[in-house]
Amino acid sequence: MPRVAGIDIPEKKKIYYALQYVHGIGAKFAKDILAEAGVDGDQRANEVEESKLAVINSIIDSGYLVEGALRRQVQQNIQRLKDIRSYRGDRHRKGLPVRGQRTQSNARTRKGKKKTVAGKKSVKAK
Amino acid sequence: MGRSLKKGPFVDEKLYRKVEKLNSARKKEAIKTWARACTIVPEFVGHTFKVHNGNKFLDVFVTEDMVGHKLGEFSNSRTFRGHTNKKEGVDAAPTKS
Repeated sequence: MPRVAGIDIPEKKKIYYALQYVHGIGAKFAKDILAEAGVDGDQRANEVEESKLAVINSIIDSGYLVEGALRRQVQQNIQRLKDIRSYRGDRHRKGLPVRGQRTQSNARTRKGKKKTVAGKKSVKAK
Repeated sequence: MGRSLKKGPFVDEKLYRKVEKLNSARKKEAIKTWARACTIVPEFVGHTFKVHNGNKFLDVFVTEDMVGHKLGEFSNSRTFRGHTNKKEGVDAAPTKS
């Protein structure tokens, strides 16, 4: 099983798509990395030679934020917003949408599953 | 959408001049301002602003991390006192603070 960026082991898929299983690598970066390494993206992940994989790994190591490091970076950015007591930090703290979306309806991704409030009949009854 | 780079950050002229004056006089005193849309520039660090939130002026002490944000981001203009809960008799506290 090929290993890329430490932990990830995608296989059997074309290397172009397999790479995208790494957190922080999408279509664009996968394409860039393969081009730089001189690997054909249509090859299956387990058909790519070890030496080529090593090249891919070193490219990712040197120029890309992936997996844990990327997650940490994102968390730090959010923590910064919280620490300076900005409006955006506040929204993160409250688990509400940060970028000005409406919250009377929708916003379920941020607010989580619907919590029905007793006594509130329907939207119409309001 | 971001602001055009050509224009540079929006900084309230009058406010900026006031800060410069305080800086050259090496003084620190709170500045009352309504300029919520004003970007915080490095010169503002260490100063305290009284930023209007539509009702009163809230103290905002500017730290290095705040550079690049707007003054208004630190002066909340909404009051949320919680939801009503009939069962537990919790009212959305009507008290004025």
